[in-house]
Amino acid sequence: MTTRYTREHEWIRLDGDTALVGISQYAQEQLGDIVFVELPAVGKKLAKGDEAAVVESVKAASEIFAPVAGEVVAVNDALADAPGTVNSDPEAGGWFLKLKVANRADLDSLMDEAAYKAFLETI
Amino acid sequence: MTETAADTPLRETLLAPIHRALGARMVPFAGYSMPVQYPTGIIAEHKWTREHAGLFDVSHMGPSLLMLADRSGDPDRDHAAVSALIEPLITADVRGLKLGQVRYTLLLNDKGGILDDLMVARPRDPKWSGTLYIVVNAGTKNADFAAISAAAGDRAKLHRADDNALIALQGPEAAVVMRDFVPAAADLGFMTVGSFRHEDTDLTISRSGYTGEDGFEILVPPDHATDIWNRLTQDPRVKPIGLGARDSLRLEAGLPLYGHDLDETTSPVEADLGFAVSKRRREAADFPGAKRLLGEVAGGATRVRVGLTVEGAPAREGAEILDAEGHALGKVTSGGFAPTLNKPIAMGYVPPAFAKAGTRLGVSVRGRVQPAIVTAMPFVPHRYFRKPA
Repeated sequence: MTTRYTREHEWIRLDGDTALVGISQYAQEQLGDIVFVELPAVGKKLAKGDEAAVVESVKAASEIFAPVAGEVVAVNDALADAPGTVNSDPEAGGWFLKLKVANRADLDSLMDEAAYKAFLETI
Repeated sequence: MTETAADTPLRETLLAPIHRALGARMVPFAGYSMPVQYPTGIIAEHKWTREHAGLFDVSHMGPSLLMLADRSGDPDRDHAAVSALIEPLITADVRGLKLGQVRYTLLLNDKGGILDDLMVARPRDPKWSGTLYIVVNAGTKNADFAAISAAAGDRAKLHRADDNALIALQGPEAAVVMRDFVPAAADLGFMTVGSFRHEDTDLTISRSGYTGEDGFEILVPPDHATDIWNRLTQDPRVKPIGLGARDSLRLEAGLPLYGHDLDETTSPVEADLGFAVSKRRREAADFPGAKRLLGEVAGGATRVRVGLTVEGAPAREGAEILDAEGHALGKVTSGGFAPTLNKPIAMGYVPPAFAKAGTRLGVSVRGRVQPAIVTAMPFVPHRYFRKPA
């Protein structure tokens, strides 16, 4: 499984031709306590960069963008009752949605973990 | 709140180095760089304040002293003289304040719109006779001070005290913390103020706050700001709390925030702050925009501030409020997540016909309508200290 990151701090983890999408540890720290997550409808087709979800912290709402193009095949319904999972376990249990990826090669343009860590150093 | 242009350097309070050392996230607010949260996060800070005691740096606000230029030496006569200078601007019966009494009041324009909400107090100490202690909002302080100075002319001088630190200690354990810090101040009644000495420091302490909890607001001379802050945070019952939790606490307490829930177009009646217009002033109708206010009291208001309990995503400032048929009624003026209630709440303005608690309305969030129910405020009951009779 490959995990890739965007400059907007989403992660995407490919397994076969589907991929989980969430936000990074850095992103959850920046957002603070997450109190609500708005997830897309299953079946929704997203282009790369489309708004995929919205996370609400105590202070503000922030958009989450699709790291690559694909179709939403599942969403993490558990976040409805436990949005704080995005804070406590952002890169596993706090996943937002599962995409059927249109083109696996699209992930190649995203940062791997080392590159993302180097990118965080520059912020 | 007054927005600051991007090229204006932000001011810092005396406690900013402490906030940074604690790992606070600093954000621009009313021209100052202020801690919005510490590493524990807004929800933990909010809950700590509701259960224990929170310490807030509110030094960006505008404490000041309005001092009569020529004092007669007769405390009541001097108090009446200084009161007569400020009363034409505001809604409070300042003249009727007892020694040590603090009153919440409104600064109005000549159309009866709210320029600011503020606290005016009559110091207890005889050496301060003919002086009023006034605390205004951060974003409006320069304009407020200019207006008060202009009204006072050469009969009184307004001394800014916003080079001091202003620290709020809030929560159910605030009084026991104060008992160990400045014991005499723990005996203050709600909405009273006094001068106290802690070791070699002169402190002005009022029993007041902006969280709905019991608590104190402490004016500290610049040289002692750090010491007093550190002394209080050494108490294990006390934790530093940022502006994020201050906002969620005051929202739960139903307390309006100037620049959001109140502005120059809002009247005291619309804002549901009629209690801030003292009886004597109302009867005399001798405050700015009195005609509008009296008309609205008689049933002429077109909108009124209400609380809303929201289902779904939080409805933020600017979200449209809709009736059951989807017609726009007004807008949310502040809204967010209520940690004590574990659900979103909001304040906004609707026509009086829709203001009754229990009325089912909607709010539009990102283009979708979510249910919202008009809810009596405070959302979380106030727990102010009431002195036993």
